[in-house]
Amino acid sequence: MASEFTSSPLFQRVERARRKKARIKDTHITLAHGSGGKAMHELIEGLFLDQLRNPLLEKLEDQAVFEIPPSAQNTARNTAQNSDSSVRLAFTTDSYVVSPIFFPGGDIGRLAVSGTVNDLAMSGARPLYLSAGFIIEEGFPIEDLKRILVSMRATAQEAGVEIVTGDTKVVQRGGADRIFINTSGIGIIGHPVRISAARAQPGDKVILSGSIGDHGTTIMIARGELGLETDLESDAAPLNSLVHEILEETTRFLRPDAIHCLRDPTRGGVATTLNEIALASEVCIQINEEEIPLRDEVKGACELLGLDPLYVANEGKLIAIVDAEIAEPVLARMRSTRYGRDACVIGEVKAEPQGIVVMATTFGGTRIVDMLTGEQLPRIC
Amino acid sequence: MKFIDEYRQSDLARTLADKIARLTEHPLKIMEVCGGHTHTIFKYGIEDLLPPNVEMIHGPGCPVCVIPLGRVDDAISIAQTAGVIFTTFGDAMRVPGSQNSLFHAKAAGADVRMVYSPLDALKIAKKNPHHQVVFFALGFETTSPSTAMTVLQAAKDGVENFSIFCNHITIIPALKAMLDSPDLQLDGFVGPGHVSTVIGLRPYEFVPRQYGKPLVVSGFEPLDILQSVYLIIKQIIEGRAEVENQYGRAAMRDGNPKALAAICEVFEPCPFFEWRGLGSIAHSGMKLRSQYAMFDAETKFQIPGLRIADPKACQCGEILKGVKKPWECKVFGTACTPETPIGSCMVSSEGACAAYYNFGRLSKIAERSGLGTKG
Repeated sequence: MASEFTSSPLFQRVERARRKKARIKDTHITLAHGSGGKAMHELIEGLFLDQLRNPLLEKLEDQAVFEIPPSAQNTARNTAQNSDSSVRLAFTTDSYVVSPIFFPGGDIGRLAVSGTVNDLAMSGARPLYLSAGFIIEEGFPIEDLKRILVSMRATAQEAGVEIVTGDTKVVQRGGADRIFINTSGIGIIGHPVRISAARAQPGDKVILSGSIGDHGTTIMIARGELGLETDLESDAAPLNSLVHEILEETTRFLRPDAIHCLRDPTRGGVATTLNEIALASEVCIQINEEEIPLRDEVKGACELLGLDPLYVANEGKLIAIVDAEIAEPVLARMRSTRYGRDACVIGEVKAEPQGIVVMATTFGGTRIVDMLTGEQLPRIC
Repeated sequence: MKFIDEYRQSDLARTLADKIARLTEHPLKIMEVCGGHTHTIFKYGIEDLLPPNVEMIHGPGCPVCVIPLGRVDDAISIAQTAGVIFTTFGDAMRVPGSQNSLFHAKAAGADVRMVYSPLDALKIAKKNPHHQVVFFALGFETTSPSTAMTVLQAAKDGVENFSIFCNHITIIPALKAMLDSPDLQLDGFVGPGHVSTVIGLRPYEFVPRQYGKPLVVSGFEPLDILQSVYLIIKQIIEGRAEVENQYGRAAMRDGNPKALAAICEVFEPCPFFEWRGLGSIAHSGMKLRSQYAMFDAETKFQIPGLRIADPKACQCGEILKGVKKPWECKVFGTACTPETPIGSCMVSSEGACAAYYNFGRLSKIAERSGLGTKG
């Protein structure tokens, strides 16, 4: 059977079909377009990018990184005269619609600050300033809004950023579900880093900063539809200090460019993030199921729900793909921090087959870990 | 994790795989009837562990995969009726009908809600007395007891705005139909575990008696399946054909009498039920008994009830019978993918095609990357 499979021209057929330019065939937006999986990629590449294309956007990183054009620096006059010291900025935006808005380990406010801080940090930037836009449904309790703001302030303080501009819109009852928050952020890249999803190279190590699936599972349980009770908490946290430690370590070794990719595996989980990197870098990523940290509660809840924790969202974890030479010291440094104490190497980068993530299962078999398709739906039997 | 990790130990798996390889070199085809087994086989890469002479054929036991196009259209038509809240298990949302799926109907405005249990649907009905709440009842004896209990509960509580769109099916007539199919060549069966916890072991006895094939009822963990394959092959080389129970920790010989009583109380077999790809199979479907007709969505709502032929390019039927491999279908992986399924086998993660598409290209990858398959 194996040989039959190998010799089949099917593979090329599937590969070709997969590499086809993304086109959006749907006539309506479905929930799958927001799930972080394939449908969302089709929407982004087939519609948003198609209409709004420019060199910064088409990199499809979690943030845009750009130098301040010299002309702009000149008009600003009081900026440094020498154009050698180019300043690079990172700019990102993200919206938060989580339900319930309060959950164990966090709330929509903590999420809104740490999510945007993390998107900035994943470029190696030091996050500086955030904006916050609120869309609030008529009838929303002021007390809840205050609670959210207290949490945003605390998280911003923890991350060392300031929320410096904002906007509020109130819509009639039913026009939005309770409260939606958008945050944008700007950060400055001081280190001479070159971090991109397209920079993974054969031989690199894949480091994961801690256990997977905590956030997504907590939210599922917090919805209360399942009648489950656990001690699980969301991992929502700002990771800029962890990234700072990682960059300090590489600088110490005079290898600031040894960090090739940094990503926070949010929607679509670790599986989708690794697929994005494998595709962008045209490499194969091999991971070992045994090495992937997974809490018993998450494992149990996922078993019950028929979910695969590899696809479940995280909000306080990062994946670092680093030069093998520096993997050990980076890992040790990560483990000395609060949000990286369970970090471990979960796999490595290979040259072939390109664009694919493969996992050695704990059972001794191997399987492909594809990008998330549709919503991750529970199986029925 | 307790009670799970014990069934996923790789050292035990390798020992078992070696034992299987030593049993025989004779080519054997073994069908796993249940979609849950198919999913496990792919998820854990069990085929990597089996010797090349043992081939797994992926059977028709995914209830989502065997729903015909016309029934999906009927479900969508009910969901689009004004004032209806249509509730369904998640898997069924993406099954394509002749035009679109429930997922698309929801996006276009129908009130379609995902539930984990029919009791949740009943709860929604009680909360929304001015809406008609319909539950898309589907699945084998694994899910029919909970539907039956829900109908009994609705009757007891006098909930008038609740009904079910019944597509429950039973595995035994389908198994029989497959065994009678002239183009099928199988040496043994991995029997469904969850179904057997309800129906017990006796209903399978015709398989060895009339057809001379061994059947081993199996659990859903990877070691369960490997052990069941071992037991089947052992029967074959010893010249035995019996029903054996590998899933003794959950499936009893007489099944679950309470669940069976509930099914009997609420449902009766319908003369015919159409299975996607397999055609009409006598007594394989269940419908509500006349005393529960007020909970039957088919009497409450006007439904098109059309019989719609499968798309010509789609070869789900041959794949469900194990006559063709997923990759031998012309549209596999090109026009038909998990994102845009044409055939039902591509929809559910338990469908043979989706399993192949998502997990199945390992032999080639192993070869090209020097990863090496185990065993």
